[in-house]
Amino acid sequence: MRHKDKSEVVFSDDASALIAKIIKRYPVGKQKSAILPVLHIAQAEFDGWLSVPVMDKVSEILSIQPIEVYEVASFYTMFNLKPVGKCVIEVCRTGPCWLMGAEDIVKYIEKKLNIKEGQTSSDGMFTLKTVECLASCGTAPMMQIGQTYHENLTTNKVDDILDDYRNQGVCISHFAKDKIKA
Amino acid sequence: MSRKILLKHIDVPGIRGLKAYRENGGYQALEKALKSMKPDEVTEEVKKSGLRGRGGAGFPAGMKWSFIAKPEGVPRYLVCNADESEPGTFKDRYLMSHLPHALIEGMIVSSFALGANTSYIYIRGEMLYVYHILEEAIAEAYEAGLLGKNILGSGFSLDLYVHPGGGAYICGEETALIESLEGKRGNPRIKPPFPAVKGVWGCPTVVNNVETIASVPHIVNMGGDEYAKIGIGKSTGTKLISACGHINKPGVYEIELGLPAEEFLYSDNYCGGIRNGKKLKAVVAGGSSVPILPGELFLKTANGEPRLMSYESLADGGFASGTMLGSGGFIVMDEDTSIVKNLWNFTRFYHHESCGQCSPCREGTGWMEKLLHKFLDGHATIEDIDLLWDIQSKIEGKTICPLGDAAAWPVASAIRHFRSEFEEYVKNPHSIKDVKHYFRINNLVEQ
Ligand SMILES: Cc1cc2nc3c(=O)[nH]c(=O)nc-3n(C[C@H](O)[C@H](O)[C@H](O)COP(=O)(O)O)c2cc1C
Ligand code: SF4
Ligand code: FES
Repeated sequence: MRHKDKSEVVFSDDASALIAKIIKRYPVGKQKSAILPVLHIAQAEFDGWLSVPVMDKVSEILSIQPIEVYEVASFYTMFNLKPVGKCVIEVCRTGPCWLMGAEDIVKYIEKKLNIKEGQTSSDGMFTLKTVECLASCGTAPMMQIGQTYHENLTTNKVDDILDDYRNQGVCISHFAKDKIKA
Repeated sequence: MSRKILLKHIDVPGIRGLKAYRENGGYQALEKALKSMKPDEVTEEVKKSGLRGRGGAGFPAGMKWSFIAKPEGVPRYLVCNADESEPGTFKDRYLMSHLPHALIEGMIVSSFALGANTSYIYIRGEMLYVYHILEEAIAEAYEAGLLGKNILGSGFSLDLYVHPGGGAYICGEETALIESLEGKRGNPRIKPPFPAVKGVWGCPTVVNNVETIASVPHIVNMGGDEYAKIGIGKSTGTKLISACGHINKPGVYEIELGLPAEEFLYSDNYCGGIRNGKKLKAVVAGGSSVPILPGELFLKTANGEPRLMSYESLADGGFASGTMLGSGGFIVMDEDTSIVKNLWNFTRFYHHESCGQCSPCREGTGWMEKLLHKFLDGHATIEDIDLLWDIQSKIEGKTICPLGDAAAWPVASAIRHFRSEFEEYVKNPHSIKDVKHYFRINNLVEQ
């Protein structure tokens, strides 16, 4: 584990500044409202998942009880409560994508990476998740990796996409910290 | 081609930016409203326009606005519902990612009408790339004096923020969305009190869909009466329909309400017909929650009238032979589709997304998923069909929020219209395995 307890959790200066800005978007005393954006930032900062020390740190930043963070983090599916690979593959498994072959895409990736849905490849590169409709049903089947929607998938396309990420080798996250301006 | 209002300028190069948006008539409604109208006059135009909520329920927007409580010294909030997660629906993402300023202008004009000085766009967390597009556009608007203090010298001030969700379909329900905006789990609230009286942080709040809000500037520009002339009857204006499934041309189409359903499905201006020369089997016309219709009943009502793409015509015949326009998520299934397997997938979705507060929804969705799985495994009996029917009937109308209904309606309608298919799975348990290509895409290589 990267952090023993919350005292070891240190956000980067950029992330701290961003969190301070975001908290100001809500009325005074309602800083708890910032919990979802702050958890997204935390997940992007600390290897793509939320450990208990990280969540405890978030509760300290927002002046709320740790349980208020745990109950939120466990309710929303975007938050990973276990370590994940550098690159989390999220394949849409809902009706419209299923109609267009999503089931085959999931099976193909499982076979290719020799993992089951929910698992991480042995080299620590990829985690495979299935998710619900990502509002991209017209370009089904599709999957999301980090911020990017990969659409109209075929098995060949999946091969190319995963090769690309493997070559980049960096941790991919949903939240692009650098893009927040306000 | 139908008249285009919302998407008229979508192909203009650079329209995502403020400059191109303004050059194409953008922010004129803002000037008109803030400089020459009173807030109540804006609401009045929206009322006259007949605009109905585009998030699914179709509630008249102007009427919703007029319900907002105005206690002295208490702030009011406008929250845009950009949580788009109803399976089959992808119009809001399309609109926001291509025309972010259309939503921002709508937010400013609508906030002015409601007297809100702080407003939020609650966007699905998964769409973080759109979140960043909106952040950029909002920064541009602040820079140009279209947001912030004393907008265009009118004395009206507004701060607008984007708020990302965390991945939960239920947060699209407006009271769950409010809970989520307060930093909690997305558990829907019992109504009353309605958000218009007690919404976010206990203050009067209006929640409207992205497309609803983006329509407001057009209503201000052309006038409510003029807008009401577009469409048919009480289905005024244009509607974005996101079309997907087994069609030749999936995508987002802006239609004038009242367009014949057959034209929408078969014309090359829209869906372009069923792909691979297949026959139509069924249509889910308004997002996964609305009743599924067999192809014939989608194209013609039970009385043999041609079906139109409008709130009233799609609902013609009630649940016995009609459906709903819903969110405009249009899912088409060809003759090879297994209705039972598709239903299992939808039901699995609702089970996964139930917040768990009400027993009929929490338990019932799980039981229905299990039963449907029995059909797929070849272990189902004829009694299981009746049991499914029984369970769905005990969820509908007995829960805190409409997710329970949304889970029940697909089951009820599938049994109502496709009972013989369920029976076939019982009689011939292997039939599901015999048909290999239920869910196959052609260009996928066999493994
Ligand atoms: C389970 C559930 C999910 C919903 N999801 C959405 C959604 O993603 N987007 C949306 O605008 N409305 C959604 N709604 C409808 C909202 O509760 C609300 O009616 C709507 O945002 C009001 O805006 P409108 O009047 O402009 O349509 C959902 C409702 C339910 C019950
Ligand atoms: S109907 Fe379902 S989703 Fe809605 S409040 Fe009840 S348990 Fe939650
Ligand atoms: S079902 Fe996959 S994006 Fe909608």
